[in-house]
Amino acid sequence: MNLDYLDFEQPIADLEGKIQALSNINDKVDIAKEMETLKSKSDVLTKKIFSSLTDWQISQLARHPRRLCTLDYVGDVFDDFIELHGDRAFADDHAIVGGIANLDGKPVMFIGQQKGTSTREKLKYNFGMPRPEGYRKALRLMKLAEKFSLPVITFIDTPGAYPGIGAEERGQSEAIARNLYEMSTLATPIISVVIGEGGSGGALAIGVADIMIMFEYSIYSVISPEGCASILYKDAGKANIAAESLKLTSSHLKRLGLIDSVIKEPLGGIHRDPEKAKKLLKNTLKLKLKDVTSIPIKKILKNRQEKLLGFGKYKI
Amino acid sequence: MSWLEKILPSITSVVKKNIPEGLWSKCPKCETTLYEEELKQRFYVCPQCDYHMRISARDRINSFLDPKGRVEIAKDLEAADPLKFKDQKRYKDRYSAAQKTTNEKEALIVKKGTINGMKVVVAAFEFRFMGGSMGSVVGEKFVRATQESIKTKAPLICFSASGGARMQEGLFSLMQMAKTSLAVKLLADNKIPFVSILTDPTMGGVSASFAMLGDIHIAEPNALIGFAGPRVVEQTVGEELPEGFQRSEFLLEKGAIDMIVHRSELTNKVHKILSALCSN
Repeated sequence: MNLDYLDFEQPIADLEGKIQALSNINDKVDIAKEMETLKSKSDVLTKKIFSSLTDWQISQLARHPRRLCTLDYVGDVFDDFIELHGDRAFADDHAIVGGIANLDGKPVMFIGQQKGTSTREKLKYNFGMPRPEGYRKALRLMKLAEKFSLPVITFIDTPGAYPGIGAEERGQSEAIARNLYEMSTLATPIISVVIGEGGSGGALAIGVADIMIMFEYSIYSVISPEGCASILYKDAGKANIAAESLKLTSSHLKRLGLIDSVIKEPLGGIHRDPEKAKKLLKNTLKLKLKDVTSIPIKKILKNRQEKLLGFGKYKI
Repeated sequence: MSWLEKILPSITSVVKKNIPEGLWSKCPKCETTLYEEELKQRFYVCPQCDYHMRISARDRINSFLDPKGRVEIAKDLEAADPLKFKDQKRYKDRYSAAQKTTNEKEALIVKKGTINGMKVVVAAFEFRFMGGSMGSVVGEKFVRATQESIKTKAPLICFSASGGARMQEGLFSLMQMAKTSLAVKLLADNKIPFVSILTDPTMGGVSASFAMLGDIHIAEPNALIGFAGPRVVEQTVGEELPEGFQRSEFLLEKGAIDMIVHRSELTNKVHKILSALCSN
């Protein structure tokens, strides 16, 4: 079993392993034809598997060990990223990175949640789970962006806000609430992209946006499938069932009118073709930034207000 | 054994046999048996140990507002089940069961009225209604409360008691956090005071939105208030939680709330604060 692949990806992993082994052979002429066959076989197989993914499988893809993290994109999507640190009060939370960047020649304020890939990185970034100082740093940068009329772009990728003792002591709730409050009328355009996992309030705290985008195999939910299952079924192992109930995938959320657009992923998911994924994200952001900056700020704020007040389904 | 101790057990057992259902209840903290009618008059605060028991939204509002001139707002809103959510039970069934046991339509009740003659709007959570969870209706009702406040220039007071967002409405529930936070911002832009009263328990998505956005934060004694539940925190950090973690007294110490106020003094305290805030 290849640990870089999920269980339902294993047949693809086997084929890819064979292709890898063949490509290590020096005599390219003899194997060219077989390589071709194997590659097209792999593509067909991937297409087949990915044409009928369950919501739980998509949830696993959203947290795939090889899925790109925020910092994997930053260098390719933006030019001249200048990182800004700290909340000016307590600490610099590594789970949220932010700073000034250029997109297509236009300066923007970038803020993103960073999970990290290796164990060492994951520990450094606290698995992408921000503490209050992370949210307060994000807010500081957003207010800075507002002051100098820079559009804000945020990347969401977090299991949730960190549930620790210190985080509670320093007001995790207040930090999240304050961001929602300020973002709801922040006088500059906000674009958010869920690149992997949008974990509840911890995600929303940098995700009150004019344009809400999701990568195809990312998820966005009020509670993790595991959390939901352990409450409703008293068994976190029923996460696969909970994932189906929560309607947390990009296609469900687009249909329900809760997000604005979806970026289709390369065949087999972002991790199968990272370069293509970066290009897709960059192109989408360029287009959306152009759209949103062409609208007067008063109109943007009015639209944002109407959108936020319109969230919810009820009967009279 | 004295003669008194000898006869005591038999006396208590005799008393127990003769109690009609619902006339007596027990304090969850000091376990004193209490007369329900007296308890109600004391707003469900134990006369022995001062323990603040959970209280229904209606009792809460009734004990807080002046008796005359109360009008309920948006009382007919009901959930629409946009996800057709189902776990072991259907959301629809859980919902009607909650309506039946609480005799309420939803987990938030909003009324306008007066306190000591001052015009106010009050919202109160019904914790017994699916753990006071916030779905589309709770969010919408809170927004209507803020709109009523702005329209009538009446301060808003909200009594929170909630486990957080209602997972049966998925991301619709999460978005209520953004929606209600905007509503508080609009209230602030209109310079209408918002007093957030945190009662046991105020957690998750409710605590991480409007409940923590008050001009004034008041907590009842010993209420559990926080973002993540204590069990989740304990599991995450793998150590025992400090004494009184996430309780009102802890939050006061950490600077998250302005004060802790006894239930019987709430109306007068809030009235005094609002009189000062609205004096100009």
